[in-house]
Amino acid sequence: MGAKDPEQDAVLRPDERFRGDYPIVVEGLKTSFGEQVIHDDLDLEVRRGEILGVVGGSGTGKSVLMRAIIGLQPVDAGEVRVFGRSITGAEPDQVLGVRDRWGVLFQGGALFSTLTVGENVEVPIKQFYPELSADLTHEIARYKVRLSGLPEDAVSKYPSELSGGMRKRAGLARALALDPELLFLDEPTAGLDPIGAAAFDNLTRDLKETLGLTVFLITHDLDTLHEICDRVAVLADKKVIAVDTVPNLMKLDHPWIQEYFNGPRGRAALTAQALDELRKHMDMPVAANAVKALDKPPAGKA
Amino acid sequence: MERADFAIEEQEGGGAALALTGPWLIATISDVEPRLASVEQAIARFDLTDVAEIDTVGAWIVARAARRLDAEITGCNDRAERLISEMGEFTTDEAIRPERASVFVRVTEKMGDIVYSGRSGAYGILGFFGALIMSSFSVIRHPHRFAYKALVRQLELVGVSALPIIGLMSFLIGIVIAQQGAVQLSQFGAETLTVNLVGRITLRELGVLMTAIMVAGRSGSAFAAQIGTMKLTEEIDAMRTIGISPMEALVIPRIMAAVFMMPLLGFYASVVAIIGGATISNFAIGIPFLNFLQRIQEVVPITDVWVGLIKAPVFGLIVALAGCYNGMQVAGNSEEVGMRTTMSVVSAIFAVIVIDAFFAVFFTNIGWN
Repeated sequence: MGAKDPEQDAVLRPDERFRGDYPIVVEGLKTSFGEQVIHDDLDLEVRRGEILGVVGGSGTGKSVLMRAIIGLQPVDAGEVRVFGRSITGAEPDQVLGVRDRWGVLFQGGALFSTLTVGENVEVPIKQFYPELSADLTHEIARYKVRLSGLPEDAVSKYPSELSGGMRKRAGLARALALDPELLFLDEPTAGLDPIGAAAFDNLTRDLKETLGLTVFLITHDLDTLHEICDRVAVLADKKVIAVDTVPNLMKLDHPWIQEYFNGPRGRAALTAQALDELRKHMDMPVAANAVKALDKPPAGKA
Repeated sequence: MERADFAIEEQEGGGAALALTGPWLIATISDVEPRLASVEQAIARFDLTDVAEIDTVGAWIVARAARRLDAEITGCNDRAERLISEMGEFTTDEAIRPERASVFVRVTEKMGDIVYSGRSGAYGILGFFGALIMSSFSVIRHPHRFAYKALVRQLELVGVSALPIIGLMSFLIGIVIAQQGAVQLSQFGAETLTVNLVGRITLRELGVLMTAIMVAGRSGSAFAAQIGTMKLTEEIDAMRTIGISPMEALVIPRIMAAVFMMPLLGFYASVVAIIGGATISNFAIGIPFLNFLQRIQEVVPITDVWVGLIKAPVFGLIVALAGCYNGMQVAGNSEEVGMRTTMSVVSAIFAVIVIDAFFAVFFTNIGWN
């Protein structure tokens, strides 16, 4: 497998971008809080350039997995390699040469509350590239704020002056500050209204395509999974029990997967996506009839 | 490490082309950026054929320079094409920080701010005190609603847990007063007055005052931080929606605990300080331990004990009020919690010392000296 390539263990120079197949490789991961084991012998590989959705019931350790990958969570056993560099063997604050290659959006945004949005975005730039001129740093910050879909005047606002959705976008702007190759999103659409959530999904997909990102996306949002994820990893029984596209996952026989994707909410999300797909082909009579039929529910059931 | 670079090539058809080479990434463009910005020559086109890698920062610099020089961008690969077209008509004129006014405006503004916030602070604490009295009446009318468990818990936190530290502090203060007093008094052969000094000063002033300062630092700050954090996490709002008055559930138990515990702690502090003084007098001035304690009874008027015990609950009220009031004022972000906690301790200690001065004059004037 590509992950085993010896050349991937080489340190990436700052002027190189990662060209291997698997920016994230997790092998035999075991984590626990005291007696409680969260992950046991968990394996996962994330392909370059994909949006990988991570799903699982509450308490299955989705966020813990993300924290283990970015080196915030001590690991009992196993190995995590990001861009070919071992994260698990390193101290939490050790310089690894990978921290400027990833961006992390935490659930609440985790913006520094004493700094404006623009200054928040400048923090990683100043940390890694203090030699850049102040003007350029400002311009990069402003561009990233705009890129994440915030209005221009949000740059000089403090996080406490923003709504929850705007705070997430500001957190995304900071995550994108260094043009990362890898983006971690922890429930980006949780707590957003459906319109805002759909907009955030589109933003994620556009950014992935424009910037060539690999995205590790933790979510509970079935629409997000159907709409933008290339593959979905399912966490259950302390392991990743399956990694595949949504249609393939739905064919699996695991009870939790069946309940998740084929439950009422899962089917609704699927129908919505099917309708969207059909609407693209309205010139064909079959599709047009199908849309009409689906839009008009049978009499008596409305 | 390879750096971003460019060269200007003259073309036969007139005009110059700017050939960009190397990786144009945020890590590699720091020295090429000012150079590119200072190109003044007319350039017809930018040639990106030899650009190995490009990111948004590289794309931004190229797009900005091309726009400034009115040049055409050619030779892009897919990624460069995408990034540069994404830059589009992006302009930057929004300030990162809100405008800062001139220093004179800021100073006057700040002074006005202080005056206004002083006034609203005075109103605020008065209003808070009023609300406290109102809720006390409502607690008296509905005694079953009162949070007895919370009160007991606060009594423990404010009083019992403070015993070791207040005891140690008072014991040492007693030693210092006795020892330093003895040195001075021995100059005119009045070492025996050390007993008067230690007994009266601790019971009348220092015991209660030092205890109040300690309680302000230990409990007043904790009140402000706890209530402030609860305010931030909307716990206070949640209480209100369920019909629990935060005044009754949080503030009254804390204030009652401080008011009850301060006299006890103050008296305890005085007693321990006297024991400290007695311990050192055994060695420093040759008055045996038990004789010292006996003399205390003879030289300290009972009014000194009353003075201390009357002041103590007032100090407790001030400390707890400052803590709870500042906690309830927290809004916005976590920085505010720290600021309000500091403010609660500083204002509590300041108010305690001011009130203590008034008490001193008052008690002397009514003849309790």
